[in-house]
Amino acid sequence: MWNLLHRLASPPHFYRLAAGMIPWFAVSGLLAVAYGAYAGLFIAPPDYQQGDAFRIIYVHVPSAYLSMMAYVIMATGAGIGLIWRMKLAHAVAAAAAPLGAWFTFLALVTGSIWGRPMWGTWWEWGDPRLTSELVMLFLYFGYIALRGAIDDTAKADRASAVLALVGAVNVPIIHFSVEWWSSLHQGPTLIRKGGPAIDSAMLYPLLAMILGFTLLFGALLLRRVRTEVLYRERRTKWVREMILSTPGNNL
Amino acid sequence: MTPRRQRMLAVGLAASGIIIATALTLEALKDNMMFFISVTDVVAGEYPADRNFRIGGLVVDGSMQRETGSMDILFRVTDLRCEMSVTYSGVLPDLFREGQGVVAHGRMDRSGMFIADRIMAKHDENYMAPEVAASLAENVNEQTADLVQGGPECDS
Repeated sequence: MWNLLHRLASPPHFYRLAAGMIPWFAVSGLLAVAYGAYAGLFIAPPDYQQGDAFRIIYVHVPSAYLSMMAYVIMATGAGIGLIWRMKLAHAVAAAAAPLGAWFTFLALVTGSIWGRPMWGTWWEWGDPRLTSELVMLFLYFGYIALRGAIDDTAKADRASAVLALVGAVNVPIIHFSVEWWSSLHQGPTLIRKGGPAIDSAMLYPLLAMILGFTLLFGALLLRRVRTEVLYRERRTKWVREMILSTPGNNL
Repeated sequence: MTPRRQRMLAVGLAASGIIIATALTLEALKDNMMFFISVTDVVAGEYPADRNFRIGGLVVDGSMQRETGSMDILFRVTDLRCEMSVTYSGVLPDLFREGQGVVAHGRMDRSGMFIADRIMAKHDENYMAPEVAASLAENVNEQTADLVQGGPECDS
C-alpha cells in the first residue's frame, strides 16, 4: 500500500500517469457539460417564479461547488506536503489555487448577475454567504501572491501551505453561512433534509453540469500539476532524459 | 517522537487553535453576522434606534396597498409570530410579491412604522415548473394562507 503510494507520488511516474488520464477527464467532462447545457437550456422547464432567469444555476452552482472543492484540494495538498514533506502534494496545492480563484470569480459574477433582477441588488455587504465567498477569493489571491513573492520553491511551499491551512476554516463557514445566520442568499437546494427541492427535469441537467465541471476541473488540474512538476524537476536526470529522447528537439 | 509525528502534532494543534478562535469570534459577533433582524425582535424593541438596519420576513397575503399614481406602497411583514408595517417608495424587485420572503433596509419611525429605503426580495430554495407550482398551490393554499396571516403567539 505505502509502496504503491510512494510510486504514485514519484514525479516521473505521476507525470506519465497524468498524461494518460487527462484525455479521459477532458472528453467525459465535455460530454457531460454538453448534455447538461443543452438539457438545462432547452429541455428543463422555466421556474414558476424566476422564469428563464433561473438557468444561470447551471453555471453558478457548479462554479460555487468547485470554488470550495478546489480549496479543499489545495489545503489537503498543503497539509500533506507540510507533514509528509511530499513534493507532489505541494505541486498539487500550487496548481489548484488559480483554478479555484477562477471558479470563485465565476460563482460571484453569476450570482451577482442573477441577484440584480431577483433580489434587486448586485451585491450586499453584510450577507454572510456573499462575504465569506469573497473572502475566499482574497485567500486565493493571497496564496498566489505569497507563492510569487518567494523565490525558493521549498520556502514558498511551506509559507503558502500555512496560509492555505489557516484559510481552510472559511470553507465550512461558506457552506453553513446560510444556516447559521440570517441571509439574503437562500438555503441549500440540493444537500438538505428531505432531499433536493428542485424539479427532477431541472435537477438532472444540474447534476450533469456539476459532474462535467468537476471532470474538466480534474483535467485542468492534472495538466497544471504536470507543468508544475516539470518546472520543479527541471534539473533532474529524468526530465533531461525525457527531453533528450523526445524526437525533434533541438538540444 | 519522529519529526513527522512532531509536524503532524504541530499542524493539528495549530488547526484546532484556529478553529476554536474562529468559533469564539463568530459567536461573539453573532448579532453582527445576521443579515437582517427578525420581526419578532423588532416588535420586542430589540433593534438599533440610531442607525439603519435590515428586517426580514414574509410579505403578509393581502396586505399590500399601493397608492394610485405614486410609487408609494405599504405592506405588512411577518415572521409567522409577529407582524409589522413597512412603507417604501421606489422600484420593487421581480420576485417581490405577497407570501414571499422580503428583506427591507431602513429605519423605524416613532409610530412603529418601518420606513424602507431599499427592498430586496428573498428567494427560497425551491425550484419548480409552473404547472407543478400551480397544482401544488391548489392543495396547500389554505394551509399557507393561515401561516402567512401571522401567528397568535406574538408577545407585544
